Amino acid sequence: MYMKELIYMDNSATTRISSEVLDSMMPYLTTGYGNPSSIYSIGRESRKAVENARELVAKALSCDTNEIYFTSGGSESDNWAIKGVAFANENKGKHIITTSIEHHAVLHTCKYLEKYGFEITYLPVKSNGIIDINDLKKAIRKDTILISIMYANNEIGSIQPIKEIGEIAKENNIYFHTDAVQAIGNIPINLKELNIDLLSLSAHKFHGPKGVGVLYIRKGVKISNMIHGGGQEKNMRAGTENVAGIVGLGKAIELATIDIEKKSKYLITLRERLIKGIMESIPDTILNGDPINRLPGNVNVCFKYIEGESILLLLDMKGICASSGSACTSGSLNPSHVLLAIGLPHEIAHGSLRLTLSEENTQEEIEYVLETLPPIIQNLRNMSPLINEK
Amino acid sequence: MEDYSKKVMDHFFNPRNVGEIEDADGIGEVGNPRCGDIMRMYIKVKENIITDIKFKTFGCGAAVATSSMVTEMVKGKNINEALEITNKQVAEALDGLPPVKMHCSNLAEAGIKAAIDDYYKKNGKGK
Ligand code: FES
Repeated sequence: MYMKELIYMDNSATTRISSEVLDSMMPYLTTGYGNPSSIYSIGRESRKAVENARELVAKALSCDTNEIYFTSGGSESDNWAIKGVAFANENKGKHIITTSIEHHAVLHTCKYLEKYGFEITYLPVKSNGIIDINDLKKAIRKDTILISIMYANNEIGSIQPIKEIGEIAKENNIYFHTDAVQAIGNIPINLKELNIDLLSLSAHKFHGPKGVGVLYIRKGVKISNMIHGGGQEKNMRAGTENVAGIVGLGKAIELATIDIEKKSKYLITLRERLIKGIMESIPDTILNGDPINRLPGNVNVCFKYIEGESILLLLDMKGICASSGSACTSGSLNPSHVLLAIGLPHEIAHGSLRLTLSEENTQEEIEYVLETLPPIIQNLRNMSPLINEK
Repeated sequence: MEDYSKKVMDHFFNPRNVGEIEDADGIGEVGNPRCGDIMRMYIKVKENIITDIKFKTFGCGAAVATSSMVTEMVKGKNINEALEITNKQVAEALDGLPPVKMHCSNLAEAGIKAAIDDYYKKNGKGK
């Protein structure tokens, strides 16, 4: 089959901005350049646009507009939530609980706090990438001030028992932050039903623009500012608003959460076909993550005896964009901490491939990948010293 | 990510001398402690000349390309010349490697040396 277009299956890395989102932003990149803090009309227009976006976010998450704070993205939101709660509540205690599979924006923030005398418990995960809720219960101490556990994992797609975690946090009077960057727009999230105190999200993961995100802060949560300066965001986060970005985020979250059940179902159909096809046609393959409690669009497998970067280069030649947790692709030359945390040995983690789907992917693309992948894997295995020719 | 040169891509997509030599005179296997990759080199030696060479590599694009390139560089050379090849020369022959990938070329140099070592051992010769 001849494919003239790119087959983009790295939607956990970022997504294509949708044309509707781009259209919504354009006025604020051109004529509507007013500063939302200014009193003349183009300033007031910008203010209105920002507040309108805030309403769209609050509606999508089922929370109050006063609980939505715009940031520069997922990493800032995570940093703010964790450092902000830590520094504002250190009189109560200096213990934080997180997991070993968090995004680096959480893990490295926790590591940073260790330098300031905070103690961090990194919960392990089971081989399916999900925490044992009893481990969480046991880890709670009198001086625990924050639990930060991601909604769904960016690499292996495993979804954590967020509702239960929220209940435990509430019972123990501990703040609960969740990095929901991968979950928003893929699975329905209703903040009214979940005891989440802080939630991070990022627009570019659901067809919005890069460089803009949200931190949801439940009313009453004690948190310090991270970015000091002007009085924007109710004196909580300084800096002239990224108006176009915020407008784009609002539009994107609106689009991403309409009909989310239908979208999830579609993605699950594609995902299951892809997983089944790969497992059937390629021997010595391991599926990483939980088979059921996983993001609708997440496929993550390890092919034994070969290395991930090589797979990516060969897929790229066929027009397929994917990613890998191999040491050779990491820049740090360490394999993915997530793959190690689910118990994979280094050489197996080496052969990992992640394909993450969005609703823009089609059945035909899945079939094309299923045709293209087996010969690539075979080709690399023929070159592998870990398999002896006979 | 930083780009690989055209030559690296060429050697990655069309690697030369992949495979095994059944009656090899020397086999060298080396591992890369930095990222866990493995390379195995097979050589055939006649009157001190490396007449044939094959490799198998478990590693990234740069590891495959440097393996391929080094086999081309040593084929037909005598052992002393082959021993003089450095990872830097291999990288240069490929029009350079991204800095983060320079370590991959160590495998190529080490692989050749290990195969020659093995050849010496099998033939009771010292270095
Ligand atoms: S062999 Fe691992 S980075 Fe090149």
